[in-house]
Amino acid sequence: MAERLLPTPSHTVGPFYGHALPFPDGSRMAPQGHPDAISLHGYVFDGAGTPIPDALLDFWQAAPDGSLTGAPGSMRRDPSTGGFLGRNGVDFTGYGRVPTDADGHYALHTLRPGNAGLPYISVCVFARGLTHHLFTRAYLADGPDPLLDSLPAERRATLVATEGANGSNRTYRFDIRLQGEGETVFLEFQ
Amino acid sequence: MALTQSDIDSEIKDQQDAYDKAVAGGAPVLHHPRRDYAPYRSSLLRHPKQPLVAVSGGDPETVELSGPVFGVTDITEHDSDLTIHHRGEPIGERMTVSGRLLDRDGRPVRGQLVEIWQANAAGRYAHLREQHPAPLDPNFTGVGRTLTDDQGRYSFTTIKPGPYPWGNHTNAWRPAHIHFSVFGTAFAQRLVTQMYFPSDPLFRYDPILQSVTDEAARERLVATYDHDLSKPEFSMGYAWDIVLDGPSATWIEEGR
Repeated sequence: MAERLLPTPSHTVGPFYGHALPFPDGSRMAPQGHPDAISLHGYVFDGAGTPIPDALLDFWQAAPDGSLTGAPGSMRRDPSTGGFLGRNGVDFTGYGRVPTDADGHYALHTLRPGNAGLPYISVCVFARGLTHHLFTRAYLADGPDPLLDSLPAERRATLVATEGANGSNRTYRFDIRLQGEGETVFLEFQ
Repeated sequence: MALTQSDIDSEIKDQQDAYDKAVAGGAPVLHHPRRDYAPYRSSLLRHPKQPLVAVSGGDPETVELSGPVFGVTDITEHDSDLTIHHRGEPIGERMTVSGRLLDRDGRPVRGQLVEIWQANAAGRYAHLREQHPAPLDPNFTGVGRTLTDDQGRYSFTTIKPGPYPWGNHTNAWRPAHIHFSVFGTAFAQRLVTQMYFPSDPLFRYDPILQSVTDEAARERLVATYDHDLSKPEFSMGYAWDIVLDGPSATWIEEGR
């Protein structure tokens, strides 16, 4: 077998991606008005417990039927104006992208993933100061799972979103702590 | 006392010496930057202290072995030419940047999204929070995107960005660079990085580039000037291939 190519190193996303990477409807993965839409939201914190206002989150998940093929159309472009058209309101692309706001808060509006085992949404975290992105998972339920079961209880809890926040059974709270007490479990895929 | 370049230089040297010594002693080569890299001050509170938890091969249902897909609706033809997004031509050295998007087995990643953003020729971003005294260019936003072709090739027409100052320490300057955001076939291959230009004198002073402590890895972030890519009386050509890290190809295949 030929020697594998050496990978291109990662670099921080920096502070100035706000006019480049976020796109309209990035947070609206669920078709507008879909009766089964859920919201995943929370804060991204640094090691001092301060919310991070310039983090960018990428989300990837299975469709409600368990499909992992995704679909194009997350960031539809308008060839006549050079602007964005938004999603088409029908297809579920499986992909979302949300920058944290000035409070360090994000909210994703999506459909419940239908992956095998416990439902989870995969999250990729980028930020100024973070030289190499971090992967984590927002589990929407707790239960037997090879990854969760491999973790001590307090670390396990960092991957399980809290249901019912804001008095809704369709709203899940998932905070991300980059460092320190309650530090989120971050993953590497080998 | 304000932090000087010489303070940062000495921290960079200490980190470099420690890494070189570790590798000489048999430690693994690091292809990616250290997340805990103090010379880049913003990293101090933004890196995890716990080790990453490995998700190992064997479960083809792992969601991160598949990834987002994009198509013709997600880009327009104009998106890859950053010099035609306004009424007039941007000021600066026009150039084309192209290369291939590959996995570690050398296979092209086809039909996948490549996004770029960059400062203008004066070193200023069209971003409201970037306020240093260099001119904005009304004809340049500095944002582009494209899909790779069947050979995994991408190509952008743009202008060469300038270096710019930043607040890490007194007299900190970033070498000229273009930000890249790319996807593989698996979400686990996701990459955001920066491409540099050959022989930039600022390389050694920049804690962001030096956070990649492996010299050979740093060199992989530097594009090559390619005269064959230069277009007569039009643009300079730079070549830069991107190789995505991530789980083994076999595992990704099983996940499809």
